[in-house]
Amino acid sequence: MAKLSLRGVVKRFGENTVCDGIDLEVEEGQMVCLIGASGAGKSTVLRCVNLLEPIEDGEIFLDGVDISVPGLNPQPVRRRIGMVFQSYNLFPHMTAMENVMLAPRRVYGKSREELRPEIAELFTRFGLADRMEHYPDQLSGGQQQRVAIVRALAMKPEVMLFDEITSALDPQLVGEVLDVLRLLKESGMTMVLATHEMGFAREAADKVCFLKDGRILEEGSPETLFGAPKHPETKEFLARSLK
Amino acid sequence: MKKDDAAGKTRRQIYEEKLRRRSLLIAGTSTVFAFLAVVVLVPLAPGWEKVKASFFNREVFVETFPKLLDAFLIDVMIFVWCAPAITALGLLIALARDVQSPALFPLRIFGAFYTDIFRGVPVVLTVYLIGFGIPGLGLPRPFNSPYIWGSLALILTYSAYVAEIFRSGIEAVHKSQRSAAQSLGLTDGDTMRFVILPQAIRQVIPSQMNMFIALQKDVALLSFIGPVEIFRQAGVFKSLMANFTPYVGAALIFLAVTVPATRYADYLLAKQNKERS
Ligand SMILES: Nc1ncnc2c1ncn2[C@@H]1O[C@H](COP(=O)(O)OP(=O)(O)OP(=O)(O)O)[C@@H](O)[C@H]1O
Ligand SMILES: [Mg+2]
Repeated sequence: MAKLSLRGVVKRFGENTVCDGIDLEVEEGQMVCLIGASGAGKSTVLRCVNLLEPIEDGEIFLDGVDISVPGLNPQPVRRRIGMVFQSYNLFPHMTAMENVMLAPRRVYGKSREELRPEIAELFTRFGLADRMEHYPDQLSGGQQQRVAIVRALAMKPEVMLFDEITSALDPQLVGEVLDVLRLLKESGMTMVLATHEMGFAREAADKVCFLKDGRILEEGSPETLFGAPKHPETKEFLARSLK
Repeated sequence: MKKDDAAGKTRRQIYEEKLRRRSLLIAGTSTVFAFLAVVVLVPLAPGWEKVKASFFNREVFVETFPKLLDAFLIDVMIFVWCAPAITALGLLIALARDVQSPALFPLRIFGAFYTDIFRGVPVVLTVYLIGFGIPGLGLPRPFNSPYIWGSLALILTYSAYVAEIFRSGIEAVHKSQRSAAQSLGLTDGDTMRFVILPQAIRQVIPSQMNMFIALQKDVALLSFIGPVEIFRQAGVFKSLMANFTPYVGAALIFLAVTVPATRYADYLLAKQNKERS
């Protein structure tokens, strides 16, 4: 059974159909990349999976359980699915440590003392040992994104969603964030990424999906999708973005 | 950088200093002239001697000023109990207007209704209606006190304004902050309390300070329904001494409080703007 699966997911904003019947299977431990032009609906798919947006039609299953039932309390589901955004992500009035502690304290009722050692270890693992007491505006973009990843991981999620987490970064900072993703993949995390980093998707993804106008036009292993795309639109998009 | 003089200043710094000196000179000269004009021309007006005697009478001023200060304590007192009530109620109304759950939709309507009503009526009218209306029901002492109902009128009116400012602050917090908090599994309440509100409140402190400066001035409106605060006290002296100088004294006392407060609010605002850019 797939860890996460979407069946015919439809999402509209008013008249605008942003997801137009998305089907997607993500196996345990897989890294799936969503690629496609701006406005294709990548962010919206991720937001729907995290129940940040209610969907109009279709189902979303986590471990085979439908999490898209209308009226379901979203909080217990969100705890199991971490998400990292493109920008404006950390809480600016809290230090990195407080950012990470907030949710485990409030949601799991753990004390600061209890949390500190395990969170400090996470910080260390992601090269942030000396940045724990800094405020977000004292950190570089790359460090901020790594803190955001640590913050999501501190909830011990089973699936992680990443929405173009490198696209607001200076080119020389992209690498350090991608390294963190590789590390996570090695540890067996199930991940879905919306990304413009074609090189990274090609090298690290287990599956790549090409989105256009709210539909998955083509999906497959990175070798086939990048090496021998079938759909003309995929070819055209890849030709444009690999230039 | 090219250094042009012994003090090691750049060309740009020298230029800017020159500009600064020139504008100081202009501002200084024009202030002096305006001041001289007032001091020289106003006394030439035919009615000046009369105005001077009835508005700027030294003896009256010296005699009434300390008592006006005492009366001002009543204004301060009313302010001191109204301000926290206004903050709390304003925050509650702002939160009511922001509830996300559709089940609580009536709360949003109520919040909108409340702010529309109390911002739509002149403060002095609300003071009259509540300050005369409710004691008119024939309530026993001390529940017929104009202090209670006058204060209530101020609290209701000002909390509507304060609520709108809080709401603007809440809306100014970037949407993705809410998404980020929710994606961690925080409840809506925790999201508001720990993530949105701390940022929103910081943002609106200067505006709220201006609101409270206005409140301190509007406390004088309660004089219409009874309390002998500074404005009323000045009126009493005016009748007793047939002289308007006490009003000038009262104005000076208000200015002594409001001008530094306004300056401070502006300073905070300027500091925030600088941090943001
Ligand atoms: N909250 C919203 N309200 C209305 N329309 C929205 C909303 N969020 C997204 N959309 C619309 O949905 C479409 C898809 O947006 P989405 O952000 O999912 O695209 P994307 O593939 O992530 O693009 P990008 O690469 O620019 O991030 C866009 O046309 C956008 O205008
Ligand atoms: Mg997007």
